Amino acid sequence: MGAQLRVYKRRIKSVTATKKITKAMEMIAASRVVKAQRKVQSSTPYATELTRAVTAVATGANDKHPLTTEAENPTRAAVLLLASDRGLAGAFNSNAIKAAEQLIKRLEGAGREVDVYAVGRRGIAHFNFRERKLAGSWAGFTDEPTYADAKKIGEPLIEAIEKATAEGGVDELHIVYTEFVSMMTQTAVEARLLPLSLDEVAKEAGESDTLRPLYDFEPSAEDVLDALLPRYVESRIYNALLQSSASKHAATRRAMKSATDNAGELINNLSRLANAARQAEITQEISEIVGGTAALADATAGSDK
Amino acid sequence: MAAELHVELVAADRSVWSGEATLVIARTTSGDIGVMPGHQPLLGVLESGPVTIRTSEGGTVVAAVHGGFISFADDKLSLLAEIAELADEIDARRAERALERAKSDEDAAAERRAEVRLRAVAVR
Repeated sequence: MGAQLRVYKRRIKSVTATKKITKAMEMIAASRVVKAQRKVQSSTPYATELTRAVTAVATGANDKHPLTTEAENPTRAAVLLLASDRGLAGAFNSNAIKAAEQLIKRLEGAGREVDVYAVGRRGIAHFNFRERKLAGSWAGFTDEPTYADAKKIGEPLIEAIEKATAEGGVDELHIVYTEFVSMMTQTAVEARLLPLSLDEVAKEAGESDTLRPLYDFEPSAEDVLDALLPRYVESRIYNALLQSSASKHAATRRAMKSATDNAGELINNLSRLANAARQAEITQEISEIVGGTAALADATAGSDK
Repeated sequence: MAAELHVELVAADRSVWSGEATLVIARTTSGDIGVMPGHQPLLGVLESGPVTIRTSEGGTVVAAVHGGFISFADDKLSLLAEIAELADEIDARRAERALERAKSDEDAAAERRAEVRLRAVAVR
């Protein structure tokens, strides 16, 4: 076998091995998307009921709660970025990070100090590399987040928003995550969690125009709201985590699908080149044999005479 | 037709039970409360403890809820809890073991969880 042909054969073999890996990753990601989507769905009843309850209390209660009223001139804001632990998901992480960076820039442009919280090793690494101090970071569960993880993340955030701004608390809480629109489309979105804007919450619950009943609060409207809002924030974070993980798996699936397709194409091209090289080798051998025979025939013809 | 109320018992990650009922008894921070059809709209904070639901078929469903909320309006009652389990799903022996372990580890949260589970099983 000629050197050229051997090189092609070796490359085909290595690309085939890579293709097998990416194909397997594609299938794993596809099955995980379905699982993650199911989790998003099963968490929806709780989120809707909670949203409905928050709207009911916040509109029913007359007194202003710190978590629902806007600070007159907000000076500090917290941004929570949800990225993933692992890459190989196309532009998934860079899109989320870009959205977060834009939001941070915009908030800083408006004269606010920004505390950044990051979830997922990719997001943490991004900010560490740029030497931005993170107020909090979590990693290791982005593939399959649980409610306990959301609780863990929510705790310091709620604490920060309850603290006075002068003592290192924040006035606003923003979250950046990747919304799962469909299998093909996932968009990085930002949302303000707190202070709560009631119109948006009502829109989400899908009952902005209906008249809400006058509730009897047990023990009191304020206490109920105090207990409700942290749960509301946690459930929003949980929902964002789940959507983010579904999006990540969908992005991985797509990235791995195109990698598999590329590998297939590469194998095709390489086999063509290998065939051409083999053919050239055969042609050369034949012409060598023919040439050799002719030379031999000439030599014997000369000696005969 | 006997008056009924529709009950949705949902945990953070799943819907635990839903159906028609005639009476729901739950423990709020200010005391036990019984809700029957036609009750005034209500929103309350739940204590960890068992919730008893009398279904319209005459059966009883007991669930352990770990904190959460009760909200009632228009004969629709929702019970929201981070963690909620039906008494039938609870493994009493496992809860007992968990209680002992929590006591020896002095893990107050785990101890409370196990106690609530055992109480729910006892009510059943």
